[in-house]
Amino acid sequence: MAIVEHMESEGATVSGGSGSDGVRRRDFINIAAVSFAGVGAVAVVVPLIDQMNPSADVLALASTEVDLSSIQPGQAIKTTFRSQPLFVRHLTDKEIAEADKVDIASLRDPQTLEQRTVDGKKQWLITMGVCTHLGCVPLGAGEGENRGEFGGYFCPCHGSSYDTAARIRKGPAPKNLEVPKYSFTSDTAILVG
Amino acid sequence: MVRIGAFLVGLFFSGWLLISFLVGAVAYVTEPPAVTVEHEFHRDPKHVSFSFDGPFGTFDQAQLQRGFQVFKEVCSACHSLKFVAFRDLKGIGYNDAEIKAIAKNWAIKTPDVDPKTGEMSTRAPVPADYFPKPFANNVAAAAANNNAIPPDLSLMTKARHHGSAYVYSLITGFQPQPAELLKEFPDAKTPQGLHYNPYFANLNLAMAPPLTADGQVTYGDGTKASVDQMAQDVAAFLTWTAEPKLENRRRAGLATIFFLLIATGLAYMAYQNIWADKKKAA
Amino acid sequence: MSFPWAEQYTPKHPVMQWVDEKLPLPRLVYNAVGAGYPVPRNLNYFWNFGVLAGLALMIQIVTGIIMAMHYGANTAVAFATVEQTMRDVNAGWLMRYAHATGASFFFIVVYLHIFRGLYFGSYKAPREMVWLLGLVIFLLMMATAFMGYVLPWGQMSYWGAKVITGLFGAIPVVGEPIQTWLLGGFAPGNASLNRFFSLHFLLPFVIAAVVILHIWALHIPGSSNPTGVEVKGPQDTVPFHPYYTAKDGFGAGVFLILFAILLFYAPNYLGHPDNYIEANPLSTPAHIVPEWYFWPFYAILRAFTVDFFFVPAKLLGVLAMFASILLLFFLPWLDTSAVRSGSYRPTFRKFFWILIIDVLILGYCGGAPAAEPYVMISQVAAAYYFAHFLIILPLISRFEKPLPLPNSITEAVLAKYGKTDGEPVAVPAE
Repeated sequence: MAIVEHMESEGATVSGGSGSDGVRRRDFINIAAVSFAGVGAVAVVVPLIDQMNPSADVLALASTEVDLSSIQPGQAIKTTFRSQPLFVRHLTDKEIAEADKVDIASLRDPQTLEQRTVDGKKQWLITMGVCTHLGCVPLGAGEGENRGEFGGYFCPCHGSSYDTAARIRKGPAPKNLEVPKYSFTSDTAILVG
Repeated sequence: MVRIGAFLVGLFFSGWLLISFLVGAVAYVTEPPAVTVEHEFHRDPKHVSFSFDGPFGTFDQAQLQRGFQVFKEVCSACHSLKFVAFRDLKGIGYNDAEIKAIAKNWAIKTPDVDPKTGEMSTRAPVPADYFPKPFANNVAAAAANNNAIPPDLSLMTKARHHGSAYVYSLITGFQPQPAELLKEFPDAKTPQGLHYNPYFANLNLAMAPPLTADGQVTYGDGTKASVDQMAQDVAAFLTWTAEPKLENRRRAGLATIFFLLIATGLAYMAYQNIWADKKKAA
Repeated sequence: MSFPWAEQYTPKHPVMQWVDEKLPLPRLVYNAVGAGYPVPRNLNYFWNFGVLAGLALMIQIVTGIIMAMHYGANTAVAFATVEQTMRDVNAGWLMRYAHATGASFFFIVVYLHIFRGLYFGSYKAPREMVWLLGLVIFLLMMATAFMGYVLPWGQMSYWGAKVITGLFGAIPVVGEPIQTWLLGGFAPGNASLNRFFSLHFLLPFVIAAVVILHIWALHIPGSSNPTGVEVKGPQDTVPFHPYYTAKDGFGAGVFLILFAILLFYAPNYLGHPDNYIEANPLSTPAHIVPEWYFWPFYAILRAFTVDFFFVPAKLLGVLAMFASILLLFFLPWLDTSAVRSGSYRPTFRKFFWILIIDVLILGYCGGAPAAEPYVMISQVAAAYYFAHFLIILPLISRFEKPLPLPNSITEAVLAKYGKTDGEPVAVPAE
């Protein structure tokens, strides 16, 4: 129907009505027809664009449940959330103390450990495993991996080091590791997303 | 030259076709093709009405839920539903918590890899999972079902002519083989282990009658679970599994056609308008 | 390449003048489908189908590109990805049904376009090239449609692919190697599916290119018209825009309404239920039938049941099926009548309608199971099909006495509206 769209400009020249009222009424019909075709064309574009949004099966995996019961203090696991790595870490008291000791004012992205964990569940540090520099996966969640000089995570791509609260301490990354939205569904289980 | 060549080619093809016709016609008269038992005894699906019949019909959610219950308690022991996920049950009126419970308590477990050992194991399904298959593979399915593989039911009502009525008719259509059939076709006796059903393409079906007694399923909504009712409900449920977007499609169609009628009416007026002077004598 | 009285493109805005100097694309469009293309003033609604075919091609390309975004060309997942598109992708069901019914509508429109050409003699000089290019488009469409039907990897997809590639196996000596080469295996499999997907994506763009040639070739002599009388002067034509753009706009509206009715309320009506069963190489469907638009040709294929001496019937069927399309390429030289339009050819017209009925019968038989009486009926119908084009048409054009033609298009139009303006007008018999 797009072909009709050029009609507007010529409509007036071809409608050979006699009175001026007649001409105006005829033009109105041509303009209305072209406008309607235009509205239709726009309406058709909506589903054409919407089909590229995440489909229902992708959205169904938009939240992940994690069972915490088997993670011992000092251990961390790497799981996935929305197809990206998710770090779940059970901090030891020592690590919590180290994180609390840091002077917030000296941080590049000032946040306390409390702000990065759930009230009363300070030992559970849940962050995305995506370096805020260029999106590499930092080391430190796996057994025996390099945790960098601040004992948290270390990104091997460009040497960003994160501390035990997964805050950026050294290297090019601008932000702390992102904490996704999550909630505890029981004492030992969380729902992320 | 072209026309002479064409004439010869035309004469050859047409001539040989007519000769083939004569050969076929002679054979048809001298040895008329035998009437097959399927031709004579196969029945088209029964007439049955559903809430989703016609261009403006919609699903009856209570019926879909009853049909799901029949599927769950009867069909799902043998038949898979591999293109439907638990999360899809939202479309028949269950809420997130109910779906989670249905998935968790589903009799068949979802195959997975044990996260600790890496061995194959199973776990309770979650809403994002598709309905787990009752048999690991076709060989297992055939071995457990007298060499007949129970087909997947996700698309059954679209994979047969008049699919909804077909499913209903098949389930309610089991019967003893008619005496006149055996009289006319003595070799066509239903083999051991198969079941006579005139709504099935070749009349003999490996599946035993799945719904045998009224009250086989106890409906939560108090509907009397007669065999006929259960068959209708499960046929409706399988219509939904095959075409879950049916209602969206019909709604979108109504809006689209309404819009197009107006647009086309305007286009016609614009067309008449523009041509007004040309349709008169110059 | 146009009539001397064609309106000239004169850009008024300086920007448009600048564009016209650097790249006269707007000028090209103006001369192709704008006010710069003078068209006979007497075209009837049958002349809408060219533009509608273009619209159908655009719908197919747009929905097809979207389908490809969600499709996996692998036998393990092809069926499931199509189902997932239907169930989970936003508006995926709309895209899939639009693509499937769109294919049918494309063929409906193109068949009407072809029969328009046949009735009104559009294939005759000086428009032979337009006709030949149109047939090339038709062949490309058939190849595209066939390969597209394989992609969902249902039972009909699989067995259709097997039967159609099996046709090549009928060729003596080289047949089997060709069949294996086409499939990339001994039966349809992953290799076949991938190449069909690749070519199914490519061919529509080839079609679009040939459509441009088709329109280009049309613009050299200009459009034909229902009287078949050539344009004699400016009074016989109107500019394409706004006159025919308005008419095509209305035609497109009617087309889209019919398309929407089928798409939204009976999307599977023209399909086959068996294609909702995933492909199973171990179980053949009871009746293997192609999509409806191939039925007439399928009937011709199956009509040959008797060997011709050392030529097996199967090979004859294959040859006849290809011949039934290829003979159309010779049509401009088989029909030698100087009169173009069927409206002024009484004998031709009778046989034309017999041909229409004949093709409908062939179509019905092609969709029916390969049993009597359908085979016998299709044998007679196929015999007429070949006789019509190769024997009857050349003979008619030789011996037929045509009716008197109007002197000009304008004269015919005035006669139709019953206004003679005092001038004597020969009324064409109709």
